[in-house]
Amino acid sequence: MTQTIDTKTVKHVAFLVRLGISEEEAQTFSGQFSSIIDYFNMLNEVDTMNVPPASDIANAENVLREDEVKPSMSREDFLKSAPNSERGYVKVPTVLGDE
Amino acid sequence: MQLHTLTIQEAHQLLVTKQVSSVELTQAMLDRIHNVDKKVKSYVTVTDDLALEQAKKADERIAKGENVTPLTGIPFSMKDSISTRGVRTTCSSKILENYVPQYNATVTDKLADSGAVLVGKTNMDEFGMGSSCENSAFFNTHNPWNLDHVPGGSSGGSAAAMSASLATFTIGEDTGGSVRMPAGFCNVTGIKPTYGRVSRYGLIALVSSFDSIGPMTRDAYDCATVLEHIAGHDPHDSTTYQSPVPNYTQHINKPVKGMKLGIPKEYFVAGMEAGVESALQEAIRTYEKLGMEIHEVSLPHTKYGLPVYYLLLFAEASANLARMDGTRFGLSVSEGAKDVIDIYLKTRHEGFGDEVKRRIMLGAYALSAGYYDAYYLKAQKVRTLLRRDFETAFSKVDILLAPTCPTTAFKLGEKTSDPLEMYLSDIYVVATNPAGVPAIALPAGFSKDMPVGMQLIGKHLDESTLFQVAYAYQQVTDWHKQQPLL
Repeated sequence: MTQTIDTKTVKHVAFLVRLGISEEEAQTFSGQFSSIIDYFNMLNEVDTMNVPPASDIANAENVLREDEVKPSMSREDFLKSAPNSERGYVKVPTVLGDE
Repeated sequence: MQLHTLTIQEAHQLLVTKQVSSVELTQAMLDRIHNVDKKVKSYVTVTDDLALEQAKKADERIAKGENVTPLTGIPFSMKDSISTRGVRTTCSSKILENYVPQYNATVTDKLADSGAVLVGKTNMDEFGMGSSCENSAFFNTHNPWNLDHVPGGSSGGSAAAMSASLATFTIGEDTGGSVRMPAGFCNVTGIKPTYGRVSRYGLIALVSSFDSIGPMTRDAYDCATVLEHIAGHDPHDSTTYQSPVPNYTQHINKPVKGMKLGIPKEYFVAGMEAGVESALQEAIRTYEKLGMEIHEVSLPHTKYGLPVYYLLLFAEASANLARMDGTRFGLSVSEGAKDVIDIYLKTRHEGFGDEVKRRIMLGAYALSAGYYDAYYLKAQKVRTLLRRDFETAFSKVDILLAPTCPTTAFKLGEKTSDPLEMYLSDIYVVATNPAGVPAIALPAGFSKDMPVGMQLIGKHLDESTLFQVAYAYQQVTDWHKQQPLL
């Protein structure tokens, strides 16, 4: 299952991860991705019929705790890290567009 | 007396017998950092004022004889992916270059409680993505054994700082060899504990199901001492084990005679540097002389460890790094942004380095419609087989011995042009993380004047055996005592 990853696909996945990308970068990544994915295709050799996917690592399941109210970081401290804030809220430009 | 080269155990003796104060010890370490780190460049941030303040408090604790732990007054540094309140935590990324956390990681809190003294934060591959420290957005760290060579990665700054005696111990983080591989390259002892043994709260996540914080030290005894202080259950991290943390140092000197040492044949194959192979064979003979039974074992899925590791890393990292969006903390590139998506696109384009970009895009690709089954799900299935390999091996032997890397430290720039070539240098250290088992790296000799690393891999939660077997080796060898000339 060898496939080349063209620049169109690169630009598509870049947008999926909200990453701005130039035409030149898309071309470089396209070449690199094809050889990396090609290497990963070696997993196809492994017979995984009836093998369950790993889902946990610490053999833990359903770790529960009481739902108690406890002190957490104050709004003031939280906003110290925010690039832009107003009246106690993080401020960002338009989230939902006009259309 | 050279204060900077002391082990934790030695420094502790001097402190509690009042032959030296923590302020003296800390000042000596800071002076050495300011003199020597110009060459090595292992520190991103040096915390002079905070360190001296903490050292003063440690001296008060020692004077009163209250609450004195083996780490009280001991200078240490931490990988810059572990949150420190009031001290910038960058992950060696432009996107977090000026980020100052408002809270401590659990590990940071535990070390502060034990009275250890933070002297600084160490360089790393950006967000832990790399094997040479060359993916730091700030500068390259140099291998103290030869400044033209890399220290390994991603905890390369921690390993180099330890090797150059710029801390009495350091804290690294191992997602797929990031403690062990640089420990091997720099002649340092370092452990990747069992997944879930040390809390990840406050660690800036790379791969949430692999990430394991672990100490890097001069020897196995020190390593055991530090792990005792940072391990344990944490209500802030539900993947931490509830079981009590053993006293790792208590039985560390038990003889290893009669224990079964497994040699996984898939780790001793063509492609290994001759000097690495002969050092490892010598280590096996040493264990034989110590009375261990040597058995060849097979971990048949070893060669698939690398694709499994990287595919799952890409997928989890692409999700974890979504939080770096330029709105709540860190770099924000908002000029001319017409909507919030514009901020995301611009900030992440400017703030992430090429390797981070590659990996999060490949992660989105492996998770996207049409490819999920072929890549992500397939990798999780083969991960089950990797885990079973270890389970089968550990039904026959107590512990496994393997190299940390097929070669010694390579030259700066040697592998930067080909990402896949760089990934392949992790081939011996990646399989443990998808399986969750613990492993300790320790110095095993030299090949062409560069350190050779070996690792011991153990059963889940059996760090005690790792320390015991590593300690036995260090009682009859002195590789770990060799120091670079700087």
